[in-house]
Amino acid sequence: MGDRVMGDGVIGDEGGGAVRAPLLSVRDLKTYFFQDDGMVKAVDGASFDVFAGKTLGIVGESGCGKSVTARSIMRIVDRPGRIVGGRILLRSAKGTGSNEIDLAQLNADGAQMRAINGGEIGLIFQEPMTSFSPVHTVGNQIVEAIRLHRAMGKQAARDRAIELLRLVGVPRPEGRVDEYAHQLSGGLRQRAMIAMALAADPKLLIADEPTTALDVTTQSQILNLLVDLQERNGMAIVLITHDLGVIAEMADDVVVMYLGRVVEEGPVDDIFHAPKHPYTRALLRSIPSVDSPPRRKLPTISGSIPHPYNRPPGCPFHTRCPDVMPGLCNVVEPPLVPVALGQMAACFLYPEVRAATAAPEPAAGGGRTPAPLLPTAVGRR
Amino acid sequence: MLSYLIRRILLALFTCWAISVLAFVIIQLPPGDFVDAYISNLSASGSGISLDQAQQLRAEYALDEPIWVQYARWMRLILRGDLGMAMEWQRPVTEVIGDRLWLTMVVSIAAVVLTWLVALPIGIYSAVRPYSPLDYLFTLLGFLGLAVPSFLLGLLVLYFGFVYFNANIGGLFSPQYADAPWTGAKLLDLLRHLPVPAVILGIASMAQAIRIMRANLLDELRKPYVVTARAKGLSEWRAIWKYPVRVALNPFASTIGYTLPYVVSGSIIVSLVLGLPTVGPLLLRSLIAQDMFLAGAIVLLLGIMTVIGTLLSDLLLMWIDPRIRVDD
Ligand SMILES: Nc1ncnc2c1ncn2[C@@H]1O[C@H](COP(=O)(O)OP(=O)(O)OP(=O)(O)O)[C@@H](O)[C@H]1O
Ligand SMILES: [Mg+2]
Repeated sequence: MGDRVMGDGVIGDEGGGAVRAPLLSVRDLKTYFFQDDGMVKAVDGASFDVFAGKTLGIVGESGCGKSVTARSIMRIVDRPGRIVGGRILLRSAKGTGSNEIDLAQLNADGAQMRAINGGEIGLIFQEPMTSFSPVHTVGNQIVEAIRLHRAMGKQAARDRAIELLRLVGVPRPEGRVDEYAHQLSGGLRQRAMIAMALAADPKLLIADEPTTALDVTTQSQILNLLVDLQERNGMAIVLITHDLGVIAEMADDVVVMYLGRVVEEGPVDDIFHAPKHPYTRALLRSIPSVDSPPRRKLPTISGSIPHPYNRPPGCPFHTRCPDVMPGLCNVVEPPLVPVALGQMAACFLYPEVRAATAAPEPAAGGGRTPAPLLPTAVGRR
Repeated sequence: MLSYLIRRILLALFTCWAISVLAFVIIQLPPGDFVDAYISNLSASGSGISLDQAQQLRAEYALDEPIWVQYARWMRLILRGDLGMAMEWQRPVTEVIGDRLWLTMVVSIAAVVLTWLVALPIGIYSAVRPYSPLDYLFTLLGFLGLAVPSFLLGLLVLYFGFVYFNANIGGLFSPQYADAPWTGAKLLDLLRHLPVPAVILGIASMAQAIRIMRANLLDELRKPYVVTARAKGLSEWRAIWKYPVRVALNPFASTIGYTLPYVVSGSIIVSLVLGLPTVGPLLLRSLIAQDMFLAGAIVLLLGIMTVIGTLLSDLLLMWIDPRIRVDD
């Protein structure tokens, strides 16, 4: 994945050149919730690319804005939430060359956005129990999804719904199609949900914690299904989870989010073997490994996530960061820039990040210089 | 499903029987009986009857027998379809009630239907745009509607109708139709008169229904299936209309069960105020006269009709909610 050009908004788009343009580019996305008692910056400057046929994993602690990011892309953020800045560029390969649409500029309830939702982008998410209407049959809801995007008669759409259910491994789909969600098991429900998301062959599937509510066996079955489907139709997947094991298994690229911001991004191997951001390292330390001695308390990240109402100034992670540089991290916000081949991080430990800000050298504030920290920080672990 | 149906119908039959006992007991509760009331009525107008005559009257209506014997006689009559004689009127109860029972039901059902027609859209709007200026306005109006007694509202409407429009708003018919036989024109006249009493009668339950619908829908709007619907590419309103509104209607449908009795009993006083030819004024008069056959019949019939209404609303609920349908 070293072929990305990820300057702010500069996207490799040479039309037929060796550089393949991403299917979806999110740039500096900001989604805020305007509530009476304060403003929640749920997503506050997130940028990443999604490529056709690849899986992008988004990880981060609960509440860091993963789901809001997903909903922002589909423009279905709940009131009082609103996209206040940034671009969401979706490329469609229709015609010659590529034409891109900025989803952030579209009317959220307009015809164009509605054609994209379900048509170009499919969504599945965590609660398989409640993601279906309890008073409509599964088939009714899948048929609806098909007919919204395909000019199909009722019977043809029903046949397609049955085919889709068969494709995602629902046994006896001719009968299941007329059942209600509460008559299906959790695993079957999630399969039916996937069938519905695939109703119009979307090029991008957003899976927001698709397996969190399922048991381990069912979880791996569903993940395998997603991999199979991706191999079959070449769709891109955005996989949102806080399970790093799932990320390791599924993702090609990883985006690490913290408090509404992307703090690190890169190919999955680099993220796992050479994490750059202190937050990523802390996350990786907190996964149990087979070799770790039993009954040993897992290391946790010290401190707690700041309340979204009072986000700390500077780097959002500085309140919990072991490598914090006072006078710099708590003053200036580090931008997300490349710090290694194909890998980007937003952390002042790296000279590239410091160079990208007009920020003063940390000596100005604290008196501690970052220089001695650097060798250990950059070295592989 | 079938066993549920049977259970439900048996329960309805039992409720009807309980109502008949209750109706009978309550009417017997006040001291004295019809003859006492009759005598005091007569003496108030200057005449009187002898003790012998009184005893004869009591025997005629079996008022001297123990209460359960009286109840048994009454039930036997009713099961034969005979509601007995209205003592005060000296005419069969069925004749005295006449169209009034149906008109009571027509007014009540019109009030319930109107309640739904108004409460549903407002409740939906308030839930979809909570804390918007209009939501606050509806909330305010709703509390007013709940707080103002319907008879007072009836008086106000009558007063303002008379003072400002010089119109007599009361009644269900124009004078020329009041005693006319049923024709299309009379029906039309009824429909023209219906809205005012229906609004006055329905306003309190309307306010309540708005709150219920708003709360139900607010709960449903947070459910993931709404996100699913939007993610399919449905427009916001179509998604809301097809899914959460549909689900929120289920508990709402079961509110007819208690809206109907509430409206029917409310109609008694409102009818008195507005001069509606329903059973309300009749019931009041028969209670004062301790005319137990008439009062008992009215209470029993109103009770049975409400039980039927509730049964129908339960069947409706069963029909629209697959979760109830299948679980049994
Ligand atoms: N409807 C809403 N109103 C107000 N704030 C909201 C709303 N939805 C989300 N938020 C806020 O946005 C932030 C991000 O929420 P989000 O659901 O994206 O987190 P997440 O990363 O998906 O977490 P999880 O792993 O628990 O799903 C949270 O602080 C949350 O409080
Ligand atoms: Mg989430």
